[in-house]
Amino acid sequence: MTRNASIKKVLAQDYQHGFVTDIESDTFAPGLNEDVIRRLSAIKNEPEFMLEWRLKAYRHWLLLEEPHHWANIKYPNIDYQALAYYSAPKIKKDGPKSLDEVDPELLRTYEKLGIPLYERERLAGVAVDAVFDSVSVATTFKDKLAEKGVIFCPFSEAVHKHPDLIKQYLGSVVPTGDNFFAALNSAVFSDGSFVYIPPGVRCPMELSTYFRINAANTGQFERTLIIADRDSYVSYLEGCTAPMRDENQLHAAVVELIALDNAQIKYSTVQNWYPGDAEGKGGIYNFVTKRGACRGVNSKISWTQVETGSAITWKYPSVILQGDNSIGEFYSVALTNHYQQADTGTKMIHIGKNTSSTIIAKGISAGYGQNTYRGLVKVMAGADNARNYTQCDSLLMSDHCGAHTFPYIEVKNNTAQIEHEATTSRISEDQLFFCLQRGLSMEDAVSMIVNGFCKEVMKELPMEFAVEAQKLLGVSLEGSVG
Amino acid sequence: MIGEKMLTIKNLAATVGDKIILHDLNLTVKAGEVHAIMGPNGSGKSTLGNVLAGREGYTATAGTVEFLDHNLFALSTEERARKGLFLSFQYPIEIPGVTNIYFLRAAVNAVRKSRGDEPYDAMDFIKLIKEKAKFLHMDEGFLYRDVNKGFSGGEKKRNEILQLLLLEPKLAILDEIDSGLDIDALKIISDGINQLRRSDRAIILVTHYQRLLDHVIPDYVHVLSKGKIVKSGGPELAKELEQTGYAGL
Ligand SMILES: Nc1ncnc2c1ncn2[C@@H]1O[C@H](COP(=O)(O)OP(=O)(O)OP(=O)(O)O)[C@@H](O)[C@H]1O
Ligand SMILES: [Mg+2]
Repeated sequence: MTRNASIKKVLAQDYQHGFVTDIESDTFAPGLNEDVIRRLSAIKNEPEFMLEWRLKAYRHWLLLEEPHHWANIKYPNIDYQALAYYSAPKIKKDGPKSLDEVDPELLRTYEKLGIPLYERERLAGVAVDAVFDSVSVATTFKDKLAEKGVIFCPFSEAVHKHPDLIKQYLGSVVPTGDNFFAALNSAVFSDGSFVYIPPGVRCPMELSTYFRINAANTGQFERTLIIADRDSYVSYLEGCTAPMRDENQLHAAVVELIALDNAQIKYSTVQNWYPGDAEGKGGIYNFVTKRGACRGVNSKISWTQVETGSAITWKYPSVILQGDNSIGEFYSVALTNHYQQADTGTKMIHIGKNTSSTIIAKGISAGYGQNTYRGLVKVMAGADNARNYTQCDSLLMSDHCGAHTFPYIEVKNNTAQIEHEATTSRISEDQLFFCLQRGLSMEDAVSMIVNGFCKEVMKELPMEFAVEAQKLLGVSLEGSVG
Repeated sequence: MIGEKMLTIKNLAATVGDKIILHDLNLTVKAGEVHAIMGPNGSGKSTLGNVLAGREGYTATAGTVEFLDHNLFALSTEERARKGLFLSFQYPIEIPGVTNIYFLRAAVNAVRKSRGDEPYDAMDFIKLIKEKAKFLHMDEGFLYRDVNKGFSGGEKKRNEILQLLLLEPKLAILDEIDSGLDIDALKIISDGINQLRRSDRAIILVTHYQRLLDHVIPDYVHVLSKGKIVKSGGPELAKELEQTGYAGL
């Protein structure tokens, strides 16, 4: 009796971030062709090389097929001609120089999300590059970063100010034709973040971007490029949330990371986009290509992700371990509730000698959620003494959900050491009873047990982000036992 | 206060799954009293604790239970806990990834909140828990380990008593709290239980051995056999059973 009542109560909790901000949008009519791309590029006043790059990607995209056939996800066909490919909030011509110049409606939106910009600035010392729909409207802490020579700016700005870096690195990790969604992104990406850390610099603060999808029917195509030059370090945080919508929204971002000799990049994501309602209606389609290249010797790239949102998640943050002694890490929590589907994992490609990789993937399935881990560990012939440790744990919260694990291992060098461990378990009745008997509510009990299950991943997140992620797991899950 | 009603069980029957485990069970416990329940393996002692605490799958099919002024079965598991019913586990449960101190603060604050008391902040709670841990001769390291994970049998039992001391329940049901304890630990845990003996609190000790009852002297001893209480008496009954066993019952 008590169990069912509390489950119902929690399931009735609405998505907290479901509201739409009323900012006038300047939006293209739906449709995609070369003219649309030219217009997009023209609006952004892009140099010729960018337009060419986009067109090349577009032509490649036309030849590619959606990855329906191999991913363990189901969704109706997306009509790419029915989507609009540009939407910008109206802002003052020169862009805001301080928060006072930012649309107050936008600031209120952040407040509702619990992340007022100035609060974050002041409390956490985080520089926030706020992406609202497709155009960056607020960039902070620039001066402090500039002092160290760190570049952290909207992608569209980097195209103008740092064309050489863009030309050298854009598409060097995720080529334009890499996959269907990456090609689409390359053709029509709206904006995103660009980061460059100069040699020998430890970035003095966590860099953070908050994304938010707003205008109806507009695909969101972010592009992020982070370069850590030799002996540098940067930690980058990405957090997302979206207002409630009925129609599905497509999101196809591309993130490229490049670490040169002895450089380290730590990239953390908390993804909380609208997952659809309890019946599986609505929600974001999240088709992301994230890849890092450890180009230099002794370089290191760590991906940490907590994925609780989206109707569909298709995402494999990967590391190419090119430099000798380089290290790749992937720490992931993926949660699917109601009718959410996630097909996520990583690829670790060992090319250099003495390279090592660690994969810790925690999948939580509730309701009718389907959760798939898909991982590839590939050791090339020249990768002497490569090591990988993979641990995949699945936690089931209901009788109707599913957990699936597809580990692929390809080894072409017999000095490799590969370890794989996997477990699947149901949330323990004993643990739940113990927590309830000590006075905790069912909600808190589930949240605590699940957070405990995810601890190895959560501890990789920067402190303030971890707190947010913990709450998120709570809200997304509690009461879904049954 | 002494003599006030704490727990009144009348004609209780209960099933686990579809198996009848308890039937026609009667027991009255008043504030200030300590009751010991003994009985053969499988007679239903742990089942009784689980039924009273409201564990999923343990269903009362007949009879009534009053706890303080409440109809016990009208309360959810967590409401029973918050109103002061505490069950220590014969086999304490591990929660990987959750530190002991975090778990205990959440539990204590959940109970406080239900009573309208201010929650403890982290600093105050650390002070409180360290004091209790010291009383139980528990190394502070245990506070920062995952709940019961990798604890030895005796350490787990000590951790149950730490929870008991922090939660300060009205009615504590301690299921074989003495099993697996070394001689010194038995003394320490008994001191912990005795510290809690108060006129407005009652304790039910489920045990197989007189040795616990040498330290925590009960007011009443009951024998549970095949799902019902078949004999009750004073502390001397336990000593008698030590000699004769359950065969004669
Ligand atoms: N979940 C369950 N499923 C089936 N049978 C159960 C379950 N729980 C308890 N039982 C049965 O109920 C009976 C009483 O068990 P219980 O644990 O209450 O005994 P006990 O008196 O505490 O014994 P012990 O002294 O060994 O701890 C036993 O026969 C036991 O096998
Ligand atoms: Mg027992």
